[in-house]
Amino acid sequence: MNTGRDAGLQPERTRLAWRRTLLTLTVVTALAVRLASAGGPTGALIAGVTVLVWGALLVLCWPRGTGTGPARTGGRTLPLVAVGTVALALLGVLLVLRGLC
Amino acid sequence: MGSGYSPPVWAAIRRWFDPAELGSVGEPPDYRFSLANERTFLAWLRTGLALVGGGLAAAQFLPPLPMSHLREVIAVALLLLGGAVAVRAVDHWARTERAIRLGQELPASRFPAILALAVGAGAVLLVIAVLVRAVGGR
Repeated sequence: MNTGRDAGLQPERTRLAWRRTLLTLTVVTALAVRLASAGGPTGALIAGVTVLVWGALLVLCWPRGTGTGPARTGGRTLPLVAVGTVALALLGVLLVLRGLC
Repeated sequence: MGSGYSPPVWAAIRRWFDPAELGSVGEPPDYRFSLANERTFLAWLRTGLALVGGGLAAAQFLPPLPMSHLREVIAVALLLLGGAVAVRAVDHWARTERAIRLGQELPASRFPAILALAVGAGAVLLVIAVLVRAVGGR
């Protein structure tokens, strides 16, 4: 595949960066679910939403971390992952505030 | 850019979600640059996720602190900071992609310096808190 530009390991590095990000996302989800498990029925609801956000992001980003061909870049995936991260942060705030009352 | 009367914030958010708009400006860049830009975005996103994780950990693993609700304040501050880092990451990614396509200078940003100062200040406060406990408490 000689196109005049040598992609080198750049697509591979980007795929590995996606995988690291998904791994971090999974750890954060586990922490959120652990915190929510002490919160009764409301906590269970928040935990469910958190797991849904995690699953959606996993399905969305999985193609970015796998495959061997030329990597795709950009697109809506990036802002959507950022929105998912903000959603996890806000769910965390809800959990913390819920622990206060 | 010119988007009628919508305020700049909404225009920016629309731009993040519109790959066609981003693909219409300038020239298609060397994709290695786009990949590098994407990796930078992912590194910032992981920074944001780490802050969110830190907030969630603070909420459940810190012992009750001498000041009331201090633990919750620390947790919420870390969570909101993490969310802000994620939003800023996607904004910076979109602006960098534009600059690359247009052959312009990369957007300058004070954000890394501000975040570093905030993290440094937080660390200093924690050191003071630990020293106060070691000397006065117990």
